[in-house]
Amino acid sequence: MKLYWKLVLMQLKSQMQYKASFFMTAAGQFIVSFTAFLSVLFLFSRFHEVQGFSYSEVLICYSVILTAFSLTECFVRGFDVFPRLIRGGDLDRILVRPRSEVFQVLTSHIEFSRLGRLLQALAVLAYAIPTSEIVWSAERVAAVFLMLAGGVAVFSALFMLYAGLSFFTIEGLEFMNIFTDGSREFGMYPLSVYGEGVLKFYTYCIPIALFQYYPFLYLVGRSDDVRLIFLPLLGFLFLLPCYAFFRFGLRRYKSTGS
Amino acid sequence: MRQYLSFFRIRFTAGLQYRAAAWAGISTQFAWGGMTLLLYRAFYEANAAAFPMPFSSLASYIWLQQALLALFMSWYFDDEILGSVVSGGVVYELCRPCDLYAMWFVKNVAVRLSRAVLRCAPILAVAAFLPAPYGVSLPAGPGAAALFVPALLLGLLVIVAFSMLVYLSAFYTVSPMGVRILASSAVEFLAGGLIPIPFFPDAVQPLFNALPFASIQNTPFLIYTGYLRGREALAAVAVQLFWLLTLVLVGRALMRRALKKVVVQGG
Repeated sequence: MKLYWKLVLMQLKSQMQYKASFFMTAAGQFIVSFTAFLSVLFLFSRFHEVQGFSYSEVLICYSVILTAFSLTECFVRGFDVFPRLIRGGDLDRILVRPRSEVFQVLTSHIEFSRLGRLLQALAVLAYAIPTSEIVWSAERVAAVFLMLAGGVAVFSALFMLYAGLSFFTIEGLEFMNIFTDGSREFGMYPLSVYGEGVLKFYTYCIPIALFQYYPFLYLVGRSDDVRLIFLPLLGFLFLLPCYAFFRFGLRRYKSTGS
Repeated sequence: MRQYLSFFRIRFTAGLQYRAAAWAGISTQFAWGGMTLLLYRAFYEANAAAFPMPFSSLASYIWLQQALLALFMSWYFDDEILGSVVSGGVVYELCRPCDLYAMWFVKNVAVRLSRAVLRCAPILAVAAFLPAPYGVSLPAGPGAAALFVPALLLGLLVIVAFSMLVYLSAFYTVSPMGVRILASSAVEFLAGGLIPIPFFPDAVQPLFNALPFASIQNTPFLIYTGYLRGREALAAVAVQLFWLLTLVLVGRALMRRALKKVVVQGG
């Protein structure tokens, strides 16, 4: 763990060498996700509600998923750019070192400029919380943190799955965008708006709904079942098959030798 | 002229080679289109009266958008071109006996066309068989069908003419990454890529319609679905022509200025 912080600090320092570029990229990230926010705003200024969820309730959903995603993108970026590690031969260097592969992949890329997006997500959260008329209690505050933790876990697992797939194919990887970028884009709305089938898919196949939808129901007072706030913890289980798949790919990996 | 045709052919056939990527893209876009429609269905159920167009028109819009995504994608920039400006390799291009602007332009059109050709047919074919309000329907009428094709082509040319400005900005900035990220996300939104322009609040719609970005995908798709018809549709195509001319003229002028000033470091 000590080594991890050391490496994180090193990455931060190296990225801070190019301050202007860093802040421009972060600002770019901020604006990129700002257009997504505008589209939510525009749709709600026309329709006012969707399935009984109000604008500020949806914004809470939006900022939870965006916060979880940008935290993951910042700290688990190594798995996101994993195909590059394979192609560049950097994976071979990782394999010969006496540390775990996952640890080294995690510390190979930490993209602090993604925090621009995080900033936007937090700003939206700060706006949504006072306007949403939620009666805050200890359980509800805990729910928000559990949702975020579960979200980071599920997105990390997805990135790992993506990295595992890249052992087998390079060209077909665009398909994974449905699950990573798609979950981010469509997860801005409570997943039930897409209908029963989609909600089931996101509960049992890709467990986005576990942290995004069910605890959210408790948060906004649609359900009184306090057990719902612990569902995000189940999302951590999703890490297991994804990690296993990554190991499976790693075992079959043959270096290109270049 | 022949040289540009062969640039076009090379890029076009190269683009056709990436079939596995195309299949992955097709399934992604299909899922994306489906999810988008489900989202709009929820909004439709919440307040059908606020819908600016019939649901079936929206479905056609979304499927056309997904099928022709490659034609109008705002995030595509030719790395070779940007790289050649940054590295200075652009001097070799300048030695060639052809016009740099036209060459870049043709290459971009070819890449976009080839990707779209690979992807559009399967998506539209499946979408045509979806049940009534969710599938893609035929054009709103013979007039709409006839006007759709030129509007589509003009839209393609407008986005390419705009991306030329981004390439040119690389002459002035050290790293084109920032401009690139900003331009692609702004264009995506302003062109109606995230939500169609008729879904914008009524108060701000004239503003967005006045921008050149409305002439990219917005015009052809709205003509196809019959949202723009008759005189309105013709006017929209005329606006497309206007923006194409303007962007090309500005791009050419900027390029002339940039090339006059450009200093390529030796070595």
